[in-house]
Amino acid sequence: MDVTVIATESLSKRFPRVTALDRLSVDVGPGVTGLVGANGAGKSTLIKILLGLSPATEGRAEVLGLDVATDGAAIRERVGYMPEHDCLPPDVSATEFVVHMARMSGLPATAARERTADTLRHVGLYEERYRPIGGYSTGMKQRVKLAQALVHDPQLVFLDEPTNGLDPVGRDEMLGLIRRIHTDFGISVLVTSHLLGELERTCDHVVVVDGGKLLRSSSTRDFTQTTTTLAIEVTDTDEHPDGTRAVRDALHARGVTVQDAGGLPGAGHILQLTAQGEDTYDLVRDVIADLGLGLVRMEQRRHQIAEVFKDDADGDAQRKEAVGHGN
Amino acid sequence: MATEQSTRTPATGSGDTRIHNIGYRSYDGPRLGRSYARLSLYSQSLRGAYGLGRSAKSKVLPMLLFVVMCVPAAIMVAVAVATKAKDLPVDYTRYAIIMQAVISLYVASQAPQSVSRDLRFKTVPLYFSRPIETADYVRAKFAALTSALFILTAAPLLVLYVGALLAKLDFTDQTKGFAQGLVSVALLSLLFAGIGLVIAAVTPRRGFGIAAVIAVLTISYGAVSTLQAIAETQGDGDGIALIGLFSPITLIDGVQSAFLGATSAFPGGVGPSNAEGVVYVLFTLGLIAASYGLLMRRYKKVGL
Repeated sequence: MDVTVIATESLSKRFPRVTALDRLSVDVGPGVTGLVGANGAGKSTLIKILLGLSPATEGRAEVLGLDVATDGAAIRERVGYMPEHDCLPPDVSATEFVVHMARMSGLPATAARERTADTLRHVGLYEERYRPIGGYSTGMKQRVKLAQALVHDPQLVFLDEPTNGLDPVGRDEMLGLIRRIHTDFGISVLVTSHLLGELERTCDHVVVVDGGKLLRSSSTRDFTQTTTTLAIEVTDTDEHPDGTRAVRDALHARGVTVQDAGGLPGAGHILQLTAQGEDTYDLVRDVIADLGLGLVRMEQRRHQIAEVFKDDADGDAQRKEAVGHGN
Repeated sequence: MATEQSTRTPATGSGDTRIHNIGYRSYDGPRLGRSYARLSLYSQSLRGAYGLGRSAKSKVLPMLLFVVMCVPAAIMVAVAVATKAKDLPVDYTRYAIIMQAVISLYVASQAPQSVSRDLRFKTVPLYFSRPIETADYVRAKFAALTSALFILTAAPLLVLYVGALLAKLDFTDQTKGFAQGLVSVALLSLLFAGIGLVIAAVTPRRGFGIAAVIAVLTISYGAVSTLQAIAETQGDGDGIALIGLFSPITLIDGVQSAFLGATSAFPGGVGPSNAEGVVYVLFTLGLIAASYGLLMRRYKKVGL
């Protein structure tokens, strides 16, 4: 597979009143890539240009090694697109609709039918696929939208806000499905979201845009594993009625800074600290043992991508806005 | 389907070659590209214009209108055969003019069905994220509705022609009339499809589309025939011909009475002269081209 799936070079798109993309240069490799930005950050404009549907004002872009300005049709044959908005006619069944869309991608009639049956099964639609789409739940409709983007076995899919409107369970299922598109199906994914948090779990790589500019592009591992956060919860004893505070004070005395876990319910009993290495774990264990407290849990917490950005973005109001949606 | 294979889930156990876990299978078969996709859209739209591949409810109106179009032709044929008439009661070219209300109703119901649905449910972006382009979409839709209208208008002519041959009417005469009739309804199909689609493509609301198409077709015809009647009482023959340019059905009437041997339905039964007929033809072709141009412009804007 190509090393680069998407490459843009000072790509700009200007409309009479707005600059949607401003000299965006980014390389995206195979795998699941998240494209993050607030509404209006230029995500949809970028997808439109990458599909060869809207010419860039300046700069160039390649998708799967094909130039978007000249090979639009060839690109669209190899990629799939799941729009953000509803796009399904209510009076036909999922099967009929997806078969039609497969043929629109150039699949012969028999292959279109076989691929439709396969794809609908993979996205988790079974008997209901013969019923009119009008009666589907939002989650089922999202699956049909995903199926029509995958039915022609593309090398790359663009998923525009696939978790929009889903409840937490549906959201998790959709994110799991997106993960599988790469790991099981071998298809690269570019998924947009304005929620950093959910992309953190799903993506190998995250690209953040704001106001048409590239804020940051790096692998999720870089985002979340530069530091490890430890969360600690301890029991109280008669000797130390507030065990949490006792631990905090003891750690302070040893020169370790401890934060509260934030304003979540029950978080008052959880301490967070930054682990500098193996030593920190031993230190925490010893401190708690010395105090005679019970250690309820000590777990690694991955940094939220949002936090990383908050640090980066200090003093830059625009960036904060983009990151503010992250939690 | 029993031999489905997945490279990622190899069979375990020697001798047992059955594979139970059907993983993802990639597609290595042919991809037929733009022209095939355009053809698929054409056939889907054409079938849809008669409710095929859609719900039972949406088959009712187009099928009913088709039957209504054909029944009078069948009756005429039956009468001609029974009474051993020397000629059919109605010319081939005249039939569509008489049945224009049914044709208008068909265009009004099916043009919005064809394009407004895609706009309303925002399916259009899905098409344009695939190999086809604006021109392919417009051509496929235009051709599909034209074909559907041609089927609607040519079928009764075929009934008349077959009936005429059964009644042993003059073969040469009938064949010539039939051919002229086919040319006329082909032109009519193109014109009506163009006008219907342009109006329907403006609005994602199907109801508005239906009302607007009916309004444009009937109001223009009503206004033109009223003005023509007034012109006739004042003995203004040129005026009649000029006014006839402004409604689709009188346009077709003018073209066929000038060049396709039809008797005009204009007041006084006098169609345009040959010179005026040329203007009629140019006007008709101009309208069809304009419809195509307008549709292209409309869909340039409907991107993702």
